[in-house]
Amino acid sequence: MSLPGWKQLPIGVVILNPGNSVEYKTGEWRTLRPEIDQEKCIRCRTCWTFCPEGAILEVSEPYKTKAGREFKLTYKVNYEHCKGCGICSNECPAKAIAMVEEVI
Amino acid sequence: MSKPITVWDLPKEEFLASGHRMCQGCAAAITFRHVLKAAGKDTIVSMPTSCGEITSTVYPHSAWRIPWIHVAFENAAAVASGISAAIEALKRRGEIPKEKDINVIAMGGDGGTFDIGFQALSGTLERGDNVLYICYDNEAYMNTGIQRSGATPLGAWTTTTPVGKVWRGEWRPKKRKDLIAIAVAHNVPYAATATPAFPTDLYAKVKKALSIKGPKLMHVLSSCVPGWRIEPEKGIEVLKLAVLTGMWVNYEYENGTYRVTTPVPKRKPVKEYLRLQGRFRHLTDEDIKKIQELVDAEVEKINKLVGKQVIGPVEG
Repeated sequence: MSLPGWKQLPIGVVILNPGNSVEYKTGEWRTLRPEIDQEKCIRCRTCWTFCPEGAILEVSEPYKTKAGREFKLTYKVNYEHCKGCGICSNECPAKAIAMVEEVI
Repeated sequence: MSKPITVWDLPKEEFLASGHRMCQGCAAAITFRHVLKAAGKDTIVSMPTSCGEITSTVYPHSAWRIPWIHVAFENAAAVASGISAAIEALKRRGEIPKEKDINVIAMGGDGGTFDIGFQALSGTLERGDNVLYICYDNEAYMNTGIQRSGATPLGAWTTTTPVGKVWRGEWRPKKRKDLIAIAVAHNVPYAATATPAFPTDLYAKVKKALSIKGPKLMHVLSSCVPGWRIEPEKGIEVLKLAVLTGMWVNYEYENGTYRVTTPVPKRKPVKEYLRLQGRFRHLTDEDIKKIQELVDAEVEKINKLVGKQVIGPVEG
């Protein structure tokens, strides 16, 4: 990585692209990965609310469980940024999120 | 009374981007997310040195999708006052439409609020500037490696209040200074406590605070994984217990009246909160009894302020 000289930096070294921290993949920190069991998930939004990274994604993807329950939403994990803290799994009222060891 | 806010009222848009370097399971990140969700995109944040500051803006990255300024430890509130005055001046000159609402928030940790930034905060509250000051309180200087601050509770281990034969963690025998009472003494229109374990409550309070003109203060309890010596997944659980044991009370002050927003009819013993955290592991049953007495006195004080028993006795 070549670093810019001081003349190339913006005045005040301000960051011109707010929110560019997404370029940094904090998912590399993870030792345990959360896996959402879509069958057990009751779509209560708890994991999305409590995720410190904002790494639980709420997508409008319909899902029908084997028991015939229909949902308009699906929760997914952004594994690029999930640090694997496990708050989602700990708080999940349906115990639908398992923390699984990362194996490379 | 308006309809209570549910978790489905929280906007989907994120103003704190992923990729910040806060620890696994950091509750401050959850606090920031919900504060920004409530404040929306027309918000300027000034932030003193703190955990949240150094981890969210590691050059050349920034996790903030709104205008954000880093300031020194001492002057987050003063800079926020300046921003608020500049917005007024630009409105007067017609460079910003007069009806446009721009929220100015100063957000500091407990060190930057209780200790180092205290006089700037007092100045902002006293001058009546249109600023919301939020103290996210993790009860020590976690950023520099867990040194005690003015907000560290009795008995807590930190690197500067170590545990040995003579020292038994934080020694201040009384309850730490009461930030809300200090704000109220400055005649602010609104002051509140909150915690990210009750995100809808936090969200509603930030919304309410920003709808009021003048200086506002919020005190938010926020757990810290390395500093509180807890497992990363316990961050929210421990904050819920703080409220359920009466160690922390979610309440708000608005124009002379106090209101508890999370009533606890039957409190849990404070032991349950303390035993979850490694920073309190050295406490004997006698020490815990002393802390329980402090909490009982604090709860009684709040019940008195509200005028009825909203936080009940210890169960069992």
